[in-house]
Amino acid sequence: MAIDLKTKALKKSLFVFHLSTGSCNNCDIEILDCLTPRFDVERFGIVLVGSVKHADVLLVTGIGTTKNANRIKLLYQQMPKPGFVVAIGACACTGGIFRDGYTMSGPIDTIIPVDVYIPGCPPKPEAMIAGIVRLLERIK
Amino acid sequence: MEILRYFSLIIASFFIFSLVGIMSGWLDRKITARLQWRVGPPWWQNFADFVKLVGKETVIPYEANQAMFLLSPIIGIIAVTVTGALLLSSIFFNPVKWDLFIFIYLLLIPSVVIFLAGSSSGNVLASVGAGRELRLLLSYELPFIIALLVPVIKSGSVQIYKIADYQITNGVNIGYISGFIAFVVALLAFQGKLGYVPFDVSEAETEIAAGTFIEYSGFPLALLKLMKWILLSVGISFFVIYFMGGFRNPLTGILKYLAVLILIILIKNTNPRLRTDQILKFSWGWLTMFGMLAVLFALLGY
Repeated sequence: MAIDLKTKALKKSLFVFHLSTGSCNNCDIEILDCLTPRFDVERFGIVLVGSVKHADVLLVTGIGTTKNANRIKLLYQQMPKPGFVVAIGACACTGGIFRDGYTMSGPIDTIIPVDVYIPGCPPKPEAMIAGIVRLLERIK
Repeated sequence: MEILRYFSLIIASFFIFSLVGIMSGWLDRKITARLQWRVGPPWWQNFADFVKLVGKETVIPYEANQAMFLLSPIIGIIAVTVTGALLLSSIFFNPVKWDLFIFIYLLLIPSVVIFLAGSSSGNVLASVGAGRELRLLLSYELPFIIALLVPVIKSGSVQIYKIADYQITNGVNIGYISGFIAFVVALLAFQGKLGYVPFDVSEAETEIAAGTFIEYSGFPLALLKLMKWILLSVGISFFVIYFMGGFRNPLTGILKYLAVLILIILIKNTNPRLRTDQILKFSWGWLTMFGMLAVLFALLGY
């Protein structure tokens, strides 16, 4: 019962932390679009927080550059569990057009475990909300 | 028997003020969302946040002072609960002598707790936030106390229940010029106590990433959030009792509570964040000046 209540509460209030690891900022702008009046993810309890210690979900954009790889790991370790990782954009999922770049150290799932992939360059806000719904289905 | 009564009073205070505070916090989020043409979260959102945070892992930073890090949220909860109990007892049960001064001291503790929480967590941004919180405390405390003097001068007593009784025979404090100015000054100073937007330098999400709370997670973070919610409800109840005639008639009492809450939310949503030096200038300049003016009017009898 107690466990059930915890999971239920977690599903209803996801705090997301946004981490950009060498992205072109387009995915980041689209993430912010989700908070605007048109999409307003706060009605589902999703809030963007400033510190990874408060977060339940790590939104990672970008290819995961060599310089950033260790920091991604560090931030993932600092996130209080249960925590989830969402890779947003083609770069984070596969490396995209930067897959042969000399700073390429990703994609993200070679650095930290990823729960949900949201492809697109950039993904639409609708696609991100669909991805979050997919994540909610996976939380048990 | 006496101890049992005090104990039940504190338990009652905790439940009443935390429930009211959580709902006030929800109203804050909802009205903020509506002002920005958003829909906003459903009514149980803050309960869900609280339960979720209780259920999460607590990460204690390696460089933190562990005892202080974990103890400060508990001190904060105890302080605001006792503040609420004092308010309840001064209205319904046996009033404590000099309770206004105890009340002012107890209202100071949440800010000190935020300072302790920030400085014990071993983070650079948290220590920046802690320093700012202390400067904020210094700046708003002066006009707050000066504004609270006005009803004391009017009723000639430092007991909250006597001030509340005085308003039955002589009209509510906010109806006078002096009371009105004092109310506005005290409300703006209270905004600083809450850490709401014109005075949110110590938290400043976009600037120093949640500032003093940056290293907190799980249960301690839930307690800190609860402390802020209880502080919100206790403070507004105090304003209603102290300036607006209290909850003698429950319906108008709730309306007064909502009016003050919505005023706070509107101030929060229509102002930019001030810098620390601007806050100091504003509160030691304008707010203190208007507070003095209110005291002068009160002495003259307006």
